[in-house]
Amino acid sequence: MPEHPFSEDLVAPTELLGADAGSEAVIVAEAAAPRLPGETRRRGLGWLFWVCLAWVALLALAALLAPVLPLKAPNFQDYTAVSRGPSIHHLLGTDDLGRDLLSRIVWGSRVSLIIGFASVGIGLLVGGSFGLFAGFRGGPADSVLNAGSFVLLAFPPLLAIMVIEAFWGRTLWKLVLMFALIATPQLFRVIRATTLSFANREFVVAARTMGARTNRILLRELLPNVVPAAISFALLGVAIAIIVEGSLAFLGLSIQLPVASLGNIVNQGVQNDNLQLNPYIALWPALYIFLLLTSLNLMADRLRSRFDVRDVKL
Amino acid sequence: MGRYVVTRLVQLVAITFLISVLVFLLVHLLPGDPTLAILGPNDTPTARHELLAQLGLDKSLLQQYWIWIRNVFSGNFGKSFLTGQTVANAIAVALPIDIELIIVSQAMAVIVAVPLALLAARRPNRLLDRIATTGSFGMLSIPTFVVAVLLVLVFAVQIHAFPATGYVRFTTDPAQNLRSVVLPSIALAFGSIAVYYRLLRADLIATMQEDYITMARSKGLSTTFILVRHALRPSSFTLLAGAGISIGSLFTGAFVVEVLFQLPGLGYQLVNAIYARDYLMVQGMALVAAVGYVVINFVVDFLLTVLDPRVRRA
Repeated sequence: MPEHPFSEDLVAPTELLGADAGSEAVIVAEAAAPRLPGETRRRGLGWLFWVCLAWVALLALAALLAPVLPLKAPNFQDYTAVSRGPSIHHLLGTDDLGRDLLSRIVWGSRVSLIIGFASVGIGLLVGGSFGLFAGFRGGPADSVLNAGSFVLLAFPPLLAIMVIEAFWGRTLWKLVLMFALIATPQLFRVIRATTLSFANREFVVAARTMGARTNRILLRELLPNVVPAAISFALLGVAIAIIVEGSLAFLGLSIQLPVASLGNIVNQGVQNDNLQLNPYIALWPALYIFLLLTSLNLMADRLRSRFDVRDVKL
Repeated sequence: MGRYVVTRLVQLVAITFLISVLVFLLVHLLPGDPTLAILGPNDTPTARHELLAQLGLDKSLLQQYWIWIRNVFSGNFGKSFLTGQTVANAIAVALPIDIELIIVSQAMAVIVAVPLALLAARRPNRLLDRIATTGSFGMLSIPTFVVAVLLVLVFAVQIHAFPATGYVRFTTDPAQNLRSVVLPSIALAFGSIAVYYRLLRADLIATMQEDYITMARSKGLSTTFILVRHALRPSSFTLLAGAGISIGSLFTGAFVVEVLFQLPGLGYQLVNAIYARDYLMVQGMALVAAVGYVVINFVVDFLLTVLDPRVRRA
């Protein structure tokens, strides 16, 4: 009988996935699909993966180096060029307050990228360690952690975000922690499920028979097998975090103005008839988000098909 | 089977209880005092004490929780501090809007995604499949708020086909009601289409490799007939699980769309209640949303075990 995603040792997908985890559901389902007859296994990750990686790296580098790049100050208002299209002086044009859009997008991307990568990084570290442990150990510890993660998942993330914001303020690093809190249970579930699928495989049993200690089995036998899947899910998590941050910023609930963020630039582009007067204000950040997310999704997909968990089983 | 249901029911109750505690605690951690908004200029120490006593806020947290949860069990969610409207009433007004949005948007998503997945799975990796699969990648990479802005720009601002904001109740004017939910529903359906398409396509392709499909082919049945009559049902389980998650999270997850289109649904009201520090309102709405999420996932898990004998065996 073919391995089915609902067999009990893999937990039902409804338990595996949290809110907004649509694309994770896709990965889980597609991981279950056998290759088509005649479809050969791809050796590498394909050129498209590297293009995407280079693109994301470029964006990340630009965001990191924003203070030293020859950009105009993101909040400087050039009254001689208000709401202009792209030109030599302002490569992407200016907004309705005369601020340089290129500079605002690069500075704004810092917020999105830092929140996306840092929060998922923390979530991966915390949720991942617990997931690895729970998946390997099983028993009451696993049940407790599992129930705990489900409580966190069912809790409306909107309420959590708004309460923490109101209680705590909206600086960048507090936002990162907040997003990490939301990402952790989801990554926990995914990594626990992946670990479960390896926990009783022959090589683990062999290691245990040879007298390997738990730490060694976790770090040397299980971890290397879980990492590719974990990275693939983490990339999707980054994409989801960026979408959520963008949506919050769009509604004015993310980082405090006038700090630029991709979402609040789009919002500005929609206000005061800007869509008719100067559509570039909303267009550029929307395009940036689109290209960034496509790259992340594509990388996640390629990683998933390259390190297909179920292929190893054959 | 009976044991499974009982275990899940116990889990359901435990999780709901934990969520109610979390919701209560988080709300009471909210900084800011609800009495400030109510008293306004009449703010004197004695008036405040009286009001706190009147609202029951002078009791200990444990007592307050006990009173709240006891009342919730008898269907009494309390009253809004500000407007005096009962919370149950506010939820009864807001919830139908979410339910309508969920039904319309999910129906749209299924109507588009299922035929598309069937067409793609008919000839996997051929032109149509490639276009649809690449397209679904793109759709996953566009945040809902960008979709919503584009929809408003094209259909409300440019050609005035649909209203940009506002909600008309179905009982007031059915035609206007449908017109007012079309754009928000498309915005919500957009992401679901991509997810559902990919889930169903992957499972269909996997199912089409099964022996009984080869058997059906050897009987001379056409591919279309096999897809629709033999492969669709056993392939729809992951789709069902995915739909469960989407629907469960849409109770408050639709708030971006609700705020944008000014639809006074649960998410929108929750945001307002949080800003107003309307404790009982926030508690009641968050609890209803969380319970909705848990119950829908429970129902979907249960449906899966009924529909798919493979899960029951495990």
